[in-house]
Amino acid sequence: MTSPLPKPIIDLKGITKSFGTFQALKGIDATINEGEFFSLLGPSGCGKTTLLRMIAGFEMPSSGTIMIGGKNMAGVPANRRPTNMVFQSYAIFPHLTVAENVGYGLKTRKLPKAEIAREVEQALNMVDLGGLGARAAHELSGGQRQRVALARALVMKPKVVLLDEPLSALDKKLRDQMQVELRQLQQKLGITFILVTHDQEEALTMSDRIAVMFEGRIAQLATPEQLYRRPVDRRVASFIGVMNFLDARATGPINGHLALDIPALGSIALPSAQIPEGLDPGRLNSIGIRPEMLTILFDGNEHAEQVARGEVTGTAYYGDMTYYSVRLPGHAEDVTISMRNTAGRSIVPAGSTVPVGWGADSIVLFQ
Amino acid sequence: MKSALKSLPSKWLAVYAVAYMVFLYAPVILLPMFAFNDATVISFPLTGFTAKWFGVLWQTEALHGAVRNSLVVGLSSAVLSTVLGACAARAAARYRFPLKRGIMSFILLPLVLPEIIVAVALLVLLMQLGMPLSLVTVVLGHVLICTPFAIAILSSAFQGLDQSLEEASFDLGETRWGTFRRVILPLVMPGVVSSLLITFTISLDEFIIAFFLTGTEVTLPVYIWSQLRFPGKLPSVMALGTILLVLSVLLLILAEWFRRRSARKQGIEASATGGFA
Repeated sequence: MTSPLPKPIIDLKGITKSFGTFQALKGIDATINEGEFFSLLGPSGCGKTTLLRMIAGFEMPSSGTIMIGGKNMAGVPANRRPTNMVFQSYAIFPHLTVAENVGYGLKTRKLPKAEIAREVEQALNMVDLGGLGARAAHELSGGQRQRVALARALVMKPKVVLLDEPLSALDKKLRDQMQVELRQLQQKLGITFILVTHDQEEALTMSDRIAVMFEGRIAQLATPEQLYRRPVDRRVASFIGVMNFLDARATGPINGHLALDIPALGSIALPSAQIPEGLDPGRLNSIGIRPEMLTILFDGNEHAEQVARGEVTGTAYYGDMTYYSVRLPGHAEDVTISMRNTAGRSIVPAGSTVPVGWGADSIVLFQ
Repeated sequence: MKSALKSLPSKWLAVYAVAYMVFLYAPVILLPMFAFNDATVISFPLTGFTAKWFGVLWQTEALHGAVRNSLVVGLSSAVLSTVLGACAARAAARYRFPLKRGIMSFILLPLVLPEIIVAVALLVLLMQLGMPLSLVTVVLGHVLICTPFAIAILSSAFQGLDQSLEEASFDLGETRWGTFRRVILPLVMPGVVSSLLITFTISLDEFIIAFFLTGTEVTLPVYIWSQLRFPGKLPSVMALGTILLVLSVLLLILAEWFRRRSARKQGIEASATGGFA
């Protein structure tokens, strides 16, 4: 994790950006800390790439300020910013060798040749491409190109490395492997990484903190765990993982608790600690519950705080998990329940009526 | 390509192809034949081998002047139209501006205008401006007709340039000029060389505009035309034609070789980078 006292390295204040009449960013405020793996997550067109390109210096904000390392970046072009970017297309110079690509930026610093060669070799070793310096750029595989792009940025020893969907061009297996490697490399070097991605899984597994963006605004900025467990609204909740939404309303406060009526599941009293700040109980209209927070009770021995009944309408077998579609009384849409396929647990066939266990602490409130 | 040739359905297609090639190139073969023939009259049968017509060329002072003029005009036109073409191709590839399509087709218009119209119009214009006819006016005319070719060749080179390459260079601390020198120029170089060679060749054998706009100093095609009035000079004109033929074939081979080599260096299929050769 990051140091106990986080030190800000990038400060974004009131950033807006308009392209003609289109408002790409509508007021972004965020602080990114030193040594942090920070992700900008959102669907395409939410403004995340525009924001990254602004930090890099390729776009200028229409209003607001960007501070990097305590310096205002207004009017500072990309070639004089302490940031380096890994492009989505990797942007490997096709007419240069691997070593010339990685040493490209060092050459602008007018370092002696021997020193450039040493730094380049070091950077290539860092990304497991040692000895491939003489290779022509077009002889590289997709994964190797990605590594060269990374080495080319890291060799500049930037304060911040910017990654624009760096894994989207790789196949699933390589992507998973690179996620782990990128995260390990970032932790080893202690450099701030800012990742732009539309892949929630990628953001969750790699990041210290994530800013979820929709339509030019940050909807929620939190750790992966907070995002998953306590999404602030339905949009964030459904973008991150799978969420079951159920109608609900508050029936009143009862000695420090909030009484909830959830027609599909039953009634429950929620400890007030679980009520998010700024939520008006009167406007509460639904709750969310994750598939793994609902359990199908296979036999009487399993404990559950609350039990409802539902009918299995379909199953999807994933090997380690089985996903059930279950119809709850008084609820039009089936809920999804995921169950781990542990030893001795058979799959409940569709059509069976099953007890569904749930608990107060797994409920997220929405208005 | 090879497999397609193997599976040709009928030998008549092969006969047709050969006949077509003969039709295209037989007249060209006549040039060296008569250039080495020792008779003054251009007619069959050939009488004997000689290289004396090349010797005559060597001694003709006026010819040397014409060659020099053509080289000066050709080089100037090639460089000017390639620079202008590069600017236009870059602008078209990188920027959005109002009426872009209209402007681009307007620039390419001289490609389809009859040269005689362009030549007459330019002559009238220059007369009105009171500009004396000289090699400079020929160069201006040639730049006008060469620039569309340069744009056509360079557009594909600039369009194929990934913008993120420039951004990457800039991001790595390089200046705009340094980015141009270290990234853009090497990547569009095959196109630039192609453009230089093609525009030079166009200017070198252009006759109509040169004929209308030239002053007392004539270019090679105009000189050759003027010599055709003297039957005795015909064999040496044939010799001159032979030299030009060999030179232009060499030039084309050079252009193609250069294009393929740089394409190979970048790992691109040679056919994917366009080019005329």
